Amino acid sequence: MLESLKIWLHQGKQYIPDVTTTDVPGVFRGRPVITNAEVDEEALAKMCPMGAIGTHPMTIDLGRCSFCGECAFACPEKVKFTKDYKLASNTREGLIVRAGEDKPIELDETKIRPEIRKLFSKSIKLRQVSAGGDASCEMELNATGNVNFDIGRFGIDFVASPRHADGIVVTGPISENMAAPLENAYDCTPDPKVLILVGMDAISGGLFEDSEAVNRKVLDKYKVDLYVPGNPTHPLTFVNAMLSLLGKKNR
Amino acid sequence: MKVKNGQSVGIDEIEVATYESFYADVNNLIEQQPSAHCVNYFAVPQDGGKFQLLCCIANDDEKIIDVLSTVVEKDAKLPSLTAMHRAFHPFEREMHELYGLDFDGHPWLKPLRFPHDRANNGTIYDYPFFNIQSEEFHRVGVGPIHAGIIEPGHFRFICEGEKIHHLEIQLGWQHRGLENVFLKKDNVLQRATLAEQIAGDTVVGHSVAFAQAYESLAGIEVGEKLSVDRTIALEQERIAIHTGDLSAICTDIAYQLGNAVFGRLRTPMINYFQKWCGNRFAKGLIRPGKTNFPFTRQLADDWKDTIAKYKPHFIEMAEEMFDLPSVLSRIERTGVVSAETAKSLGLVGMPAKAAGVARDIRASHPYAAYSKIDVNPVVKKTGDVYARARVRYEEVLASIENIEKLIGIADWSQDKSGYQPVMDAKLGANRFVVSLTEGWRGEICHCALTDGEGKIKAYKIKDPSMHNWMGLALAVRNNGISDFPICNKSFDLSYCGHDL
Repeated sequence: MLESLKIWLHQGKQYIPDVTTTDVPGVFRGRPVITNAEVDEEALAKMCPMGAIGTHPMTIDLGRCSFCGECAFACPEKVKFTKDYKLASNTREGLIVRAGEDKPIELDETKIRPEIRKLFSKSIKLRQVSAGGDASCEMELNATGNVNFDIGRFGIDFVASPRHADGIVVTGPISENMAAPLENAYDCTPDPKVLILVGMDAISGGLFEDSEAVNRKVLDKYKVDLYVPGNPTHPLTFVNAMLSLLGKKNR
Repeated sequence: MKVKNGQSVGIDEIEVATYESFYADVNNLIEQQPSAHCVNYFAVPQDGGKFQLLCCIANDDEKIIDVLSTVVEKDAKLPSLTAMHRAFHPFEREMHELYGLDFDGHPWLKPLRFPHDRANNGTIYDYPFFNIQSEEFHRVGVGPIHAGIIEPGHFRFICEGEKIHHLEIQLGWQHRGLENVFLKKDNVLQRATLAEQIAGDTVVGHSVAFAQAYESLAGIEVGEKLSVDRTIALEQERIAIHTGDLSAICTDIAYQLGNAVFGRLRTPMINYFQKWCGNRFAKGLIRPGKTNFPFTRQLADDWKDTIAKYKPHFIEMAEEMFDLPSVLSRIERTGVVSAETAKSLGLVGMPAKAAGVARDIRASHPYAAYSKIDVNPVVKKTGDVYARARVRYEEVLASIENIEKLIGIADWSQDKSGYQPVMDAKLGANRFVVSLTEGWRGEICHCALTDGEGKIKAYKIKDPSMHNWMGLALAVRNNGISDFPICNKSFDLSYCGHDL
């Protein structure tokens, strides 16, 4: 008992007081900024392993980007990755970063269904389904609940059953073998419900986009409420995305 | 044909025997050498409906890998190696599932992962589960979607009351067609990115295995410092994931303090990767022939500071955990795997080491900079959850020492400054390479074959989970079903690494 208390005392406070403004350590690659410098955009687009780069004017699709930073290394005068971890949008279009723009990525408030904020702003329970995810996004979603990020303080929790949930969080490119169980879980979640895609694989299919083992048809049927980019998605990216969707301030 | 880890050879140099003599040779190797174990065994389709089988048997004592080969017809009836040595079961099941090859006498010739290009037309819902007709037993199905935030897989228990008699694990839900995508995406950056996605919790382990295979086929010499960097990354990945696993083990026995403290101690360990390369899982760090993020002197100082703050807390927490009767009563004698079972199933990594089988590629087939530091595998005897947790604790401390040694031998002057373009190298034609690494989970094996134009025509990936899932199924027998989560977590196997 005494030993346990000692450990408790030694640990002190570990939570991040303000998850919306805290600085991330090191060389985190968050929201990219593209300058208007004239470079060989085709060469950059060809080099990008994810096919995330568009040309004339140059764009980076955060729904595809793996944040490897290879383009910024090859062409530092054109692309720079900032430490801004707020990357999520509620529209697919909102994830496209354009040359010459350096502004935060925000949700399109007009497109958020009114019932989401009305019903879930104080408490939302989520059911996570991994459908071909590589376990890194899953581990980061687990980390959102640890003592550092402590997403529970905002009334956001992951629950065991879709029947107890207000929404489904999908990771992975959606393997053919998981397509039916995923849809089952979605159907089992009571209405109204939200659908959230986490990570580049869930948002765009990533490198598995045209794999025959992947079946993304389920996404054509239902409205996606939130796209949260990353490879994997940083816990701060997910926490901030949820706060924006629910219209919550950090408290 | 004998090769070393990461050494590429011409395909023609590998003798192609008849199946009968191939079968006898493989059996002999396994039976005569106690340390010999199969690291990979697969089929490559050839013209005319034939298949070349390639089997890689690692000999830990002599630090070499025997590569054996044969060519078989699709409809041949092949005596099963699994009938003699159970460790071959996933490999023969894979070949049966993909190409319809028939392994006569295989005791468990069931689907492995329901790949999209399988030979039979059954779906994942047609899996032939083992069943016992009895009124005494009941069946419990769990998954594919589990209660926590983890990957999907289906577990089918046959229980008597709360006691597990039998567990069958049905995988394949995570199958993404990764090996096929790997052949289609022929740009090296895409392939490096795919290697990072084989199992997103073993980014360094798998991408070093890929880099070694690629460099060997392309004839790229890797500098000493780059090898040291990779070795440090491998050891740091072990520290980070083991710490998180200890947290999860505490969760599964409802030990809240351990869960919270190990959970928060994991944060600075994975954040260290973020400081180093901008990604908490080290995605982007390992690239064939180069790195965008050399391990600098400043990073070394930073690591020492981080560890100085981490280590006393980690030791304090672990010593308390392993001393607490309420923890020990849940993990001692739970989920036992004997040394005999571990050897016969070909288990690798923690479940093997915890059962007294000192199997560790870092020591037996050294790669990167491991030949420059002495790695002594952490080995326990009891084979229970306690031993597997204890292996993690001691491996973390050993990895800290290993990184200290590596920092000591790093030649900082070798770091290349400035950006080096991505290498899309020309690979040697008709070559074959076996690349082994020891990820935190155990032995990883990548095998690559090139065609006459130097294009990769087959790339076979083996995650340690391929060996160990069956170990978990046997470990839980005669345990209470409520101890399944803790057994599962102590193995901590990869679903996507298995399903590919």
